[in-house]
Amino acid sequence: MNVLEAIGGGAIRGLAYIGGLTIQGWSGLRATPHVLPVVGKRGRWRAALREMAAIGVDALPMVGIMSVCAGFILAMQAGAELRRFGALQYVMDTVAIGFTRELGPLLTAFVVSGRSGSAFSAEIGTMMVTSEIDALRTMAIDPIEFVLAPKYLAAMITIPCLSIMSNAFGILAGAGFMYITTRYTLSMYLRYVADSIELHDVFTGLLKSLVFAIIIVNVGCLEGFRTRGGPDAVGRSATSAVVWSTFFVILADVFFTAIFYLVHKGA
Amino acid sequence: MADPVISVENLTVQYGDHRVLNGVSLNIEAGEVMALLGGSGSGKTTILRHIIGLERPTSGTVRIRGVDINRCSPKELKDIRRTMGVAFQECALFNAMSIEENVALPLHELTNLADPVIEIMTYMKLAAVGLGQAAKQMPQELSGGMKKRAAVARATALDPEILVFDEPSAGLDPIVAAGLDELILLLKRAFHMTILVVTHELASAFRVADRVAMLDRGSLIAVESKDSFQASTQPRIRQFLDRVPDPIAENAAVQNRIRELAGMTGAKG
Repeated sequence: MNVLEAIGGGAIRGLAYIGGLTIQGWSGLRATPHVLPVVGKRGRWRAALREMAAIGVDALPMVGIMSVCAGFILAMQAGAELRRFGALQYVMDTVAIGFTRELGPLLTAFVVSGRSGSAFSAEIGTMMVTSEIDALRTMAIDPIEFVLAPKYLAAMITIPCLSIMSNAFGILAGAGFMYITTRYTLSMYLRYVADSIELHDVFTGLLKSLVFAIIIVNVGCLEGFRTRGGPDAVGRSATSAVVWSTFFVILADVFFTAIFYLVHKGA
Repeated sequence: MADPVISVENLTVQYGDHRVLNGVSLNIEAGEVMALLGGSGSGKTTILRHIIGLERPTSGTVRIRGVDINRCSPKELKDIRRTMGVAFQECALFNAMSIEENVALPLHELTNLADPVIEIMTYMKLAAVGLGQAAKQMPQELSGGMKKRAAVARATALDPEILVFDEPSAGLDPIVAAGLDELILLLKRAFHMTILVVTHELASAFRVADRVAMLDRGSLIAVESKDSFQASTQPRIRQFLDRVPDPIAENAAVQNRIRELAGMTGAKG
């Protein structure tokens, strides 16, 4: 009976969490136009710009370093195997397609989830425990519109941009590997890469990164809004935000990759 | 007699098995200052959170100028909230904004006033609470009393008809607390606001209030003028006024548990 109760309780909590994410996500998306310049509420776009700097510009060095490392690792691992078959040139395909379709958006999502997802949760969690969110509500200001919407807009713009940068860094790391091992020049490498990747590779990567952006902001903010208690609760929320957003990013990645695979196979 | 501005009827709040408020009814008339007294855990903050519409009751109604805030439309609730100012116990100032920006926030968000007009209004609100010189400072740079006054300035930014204070004097020295009391009286005189002060500070309550209500263990045990409240012979009110402590372990079960623990300690020793 206890096991059944635990399973039932867990299922209800899980459904409530998904429900919370869905409702908050929809409210946030509906509120996002209020943050746009000209058509949105005055001055609100400045908050979105600050968020863009925090999510995007500040994360660029970390995304760059991780992408270069991952690009080099991927090229070395692929090179070690492909060399045996005399097919070293396929390292370029592996790195280019691997990054544009998969690794660029995924690495970016992990970095942003760790940096900004936890920051969103800590920021909103602190606002919860210090009654700032209550103050907004009593002032007839919607916390979703005021706190979440600028983050949504900022993440939906900057995370795809960061993914493109991640792709570029990863692919350039592959160029470094090819130059060291086979003296392949950068211009030859880039020509080969341009031939190997197709527009839909870039498009699927960008679509994924857009979905990852929505997940990271949504989970980070929901964990913040669910914070109750004192400062220790803020820390727990920040940890949960990273854990759950990483989990949902992976889940979404599997889902989208499966869809694209089936579509590609069908075509 | 005109309808009360704030009307609480049979408000009951229960969290799980724990009942926090037992059918509380309270009316606050236009232009009066009502002090809601009660010890820690008596349900003062709970009733305040229901009056400002932050929580939904288990049963009962809260009406603001005749509108049931738990059954009205979101737009009606928004309109009601625009006519209410709330100064929270923790001040709830936005730490990422200067004091000036905190006060200007509701004006920016909820009005179409031009920026220079908002700037002037913000300065006037800050000057009214004696913070004209501190406009550019951040909340973390202010003392406790200054933060409370900044919270009052923000609460009054839209010239509300109703002002609610949660423990305004808590944690302040007597001189700063007296200054806040004078500020509440000034707001009442100058703007004819209806003011609810939730507090357990007797001196402050008797200084500012027209009427006093007292909550005890979730039930309202008195709603009367401050003079008759001070003269009350009701045992619980007298205990509160005369600062007589509750017995530490009045409950037989607690006493038994203490004896049990003492026995265990003795056994170990």
